[in-house]
Amino acid sequence: MMSHDEHPVPEVPSTPENQSVDRREFLKKCGLAAPILLGVIRVPVLGAQDAEDAYDAAEHLYGMGIDVSKCIGCGQCVAACKIENDVPEEPHFFNTWVERYVIGMDEEVEVDSPDGGMNGFPTAEGDIRRTFFVPKLCNHCAEAPCVQVCPVGATFTTEDGVVLVDEDYCIGCRYCIQACPYGARWLHPEKLVASKCTFCYHRVVEGLVPACVEVCPTAARVFGELQTRATPLARFLRFNDIQVLKPHMNTKPKVYYANLDGEVT
Amino acid sequence: MQGFIYPNEFELQWSLLIVLYPYVTGLVAGAFILASLERVFNVKEVEPTYRLSLLTALAFLLVAPLPLLLHLGHPFRSYEIFLTPNSQSAMAMFGFVYAWYLMVVLLLEIWFDYRKDLVLWYRQERGWRRWVHYALTLGATDLSERSLKFDDRVGRWITLIGIPSAFLLHGYVGFIFGSIKANPWWSSVLMPVVFIFSAIVSGIALVLLIYMISSMIRWKPVDMRCADKLASFLFYAMVVDFSLEMLDFIHRLYESEESIEILTQLIQSRLFISLIVLQIVLGTLLPMIVLGLTAPALSKRSFVKMPDELKRLVYIGSAIMVQIGIFSIRWNVVIGGQLFSKSLRGLTVYKLELLGLEGLLTTGILLILPFVILWILIKVLPPWSEDEVSLPEARESAEAGSASPV
Repeated sequence: MMSHDEHPVPEVPSTPENQSVDRREFLKKCGLAAPILLGVIRVPVLGAQDAEDAYDAAEHLYGMGIDVSKCIGCGQCVAACKIENDVPEEPHFFNTWVERYVIGMDEEVEVDSPDGGMNGFPTAEGDIRRTFFVPKLCNHCAEAPCVQVCPVGATFTTEDGVVLVDEDYCIGCRYCIQACPYGARWLHPEKLVASKCTFCYHRVVEGLVPACVEVCPTAARVFGELQTRATPLARFLRFNDIQVLKPHMNTKPKVYYANLDGEVT
Repeated sequence: MQGFIYPNEFELQWSLLIVLYPYVTGLVAGAFILASLERVFNVKEVEPTYRLSLLTALAFLLVAPLPLLLHLGHPFRSYEIFLTPNSQSAMAMFGFVYAWYLMVVLLLEIWFDYRKDLVLWYRQERGWRRWVHYALTLGATDLSERSLKFDDRVGRWITLIGIPSAFLLHGYVGFIFGSIKANPWWSSVLMPVVFIFSAIVSGIALVLLIYMISSMIRWKPVDMRCADKLASFLFYAMVVDFSLEMLDFIHRLYESEESIEILTQLIQSRLFISLIVLQIVLGTLLPMIVLGLTAPALSKRSFVKMPDELKRLVYIGSAIMVQIGIFSIRWNVVIGGQLFSKSLRGLTVYKLELLGLEGLLTTGILLILPFVILWILIKVLPPWSEDEVSLPEARESAEAGSASPV
């Protein structure tokens, strides 16, 4: 991106014979003045942003909090994610999905996630002791096994802590899908590259929250800064008992769960 | 499907082609290690198979990357593995391990071993063969005593480097699986070691097969001393391989980690035929017992006496069973490791394609291809002892004893 200072300055000849202002000269002067004027009234020239407004990844570190007790299994997050991120409609590709755990009186655990929970769940039957919904997504692990195994470095962690895939670089070997303990990755059926949740990075850099967070009717999902003290996520982490998924994998997830049941795998 | 699997696990990511890859590289490593028996450990009995083993290793090594390439979503980007490898990634090392093995070990060893014969063939022959053989000498036509000694010495050194390299080639493939902590079926420190020993088993069995069958096709007698020795080595390698696999199995069972329940279900339902029946009973125990009884492996004479004709058939049969067993091992590792959910709550199924790019037909072609390549290699570089030419009459007679030992 080109900033205002870098805009090419036309050379203005200052010989006496050129002093009368002809049309060419006028246009040249306008050319010289335009960037300054436009700069004053803050019109972006050539899409350039002011340096101080530009998104600086180094100043952020993102994470997500999920309150299991608040999730009602409506599946709005799954649907919103599919629309926002062009995830194929077919039922086996999900950046985020919702699982339902039904634990019977006999301690039998039944888990299901029909269509990733996108269209809700059928009524659970039987003698139920407790039941709950668990929204899942990429954990954007600080020690991400997928990033470690990618042979060409197409999967990487951004400075603000988001794990992304470079679609123009991925060779489609699927090692990352094998390495993810959470089943959060899938192979895009048309692009033939690894795909996954991006924390809606395109929205986040614009100051918006991910689509799944935006649409959640019960605010079961909280997105935000991990290192700033006065944020919703910071409050979430301060006032809840927090767990992460599969802590023994030592992947250091950045998706934090409150009220998570020990049965959840 | 049975139980719960994560929604993204519905599709299996690594298909039959990825089963083929460790199978083929295992054959390469095994065939090479067999060749090194003669060269480094001076097992003279297996000399008739020395060059055949090297050519077999080369033929299969040339095919080894093909299943991987065909499997990639973007095969035309595969060169990125060489250009911008991720130093943290085990898979990124593939290109370098492969190139090292092909260029530094196999091609060089074959060239130094054949150089004398290439020169002599080119001097005697007419037509295209003359020029092919001349081109293959790379212009190095010096047959002085000094240069032949040099060939021999370098060949020995390359074989020495080659043994750890062969271990690296296949142990590395084992590491690709063994280092995936997300998958309890794969994640095992024993995986690379088991891969290496199963590779030795498969390589010896393959060369034994090719040696016997090619002798039959050429109407040449099978050197029974060589066949007995190969069968004995096959038996020893199988004992070590099977012990390691049992160690892995018992260790898992004894530790009984959280995954034990789903893995037990996996073995009992999805892998019963391929693991219990094909891999263990038919592919390991049966040939191991048969070879233990018929080959002179445990004592100087075999326990069961039988005429050579029958013995040859028994060896061929055992070697085929071993190949089925080793292919099943690869299947059970690659496909088996994807048949259960990482939620450890359910099992899925693998639907084998017949005609697709990653299907049975492609696999069949890729399995036949190394034999076609081997056939061409044998035409250009005959590995049989009767094709070796002695130095011409006019040669410096003193050199006769110091020529390449094969």
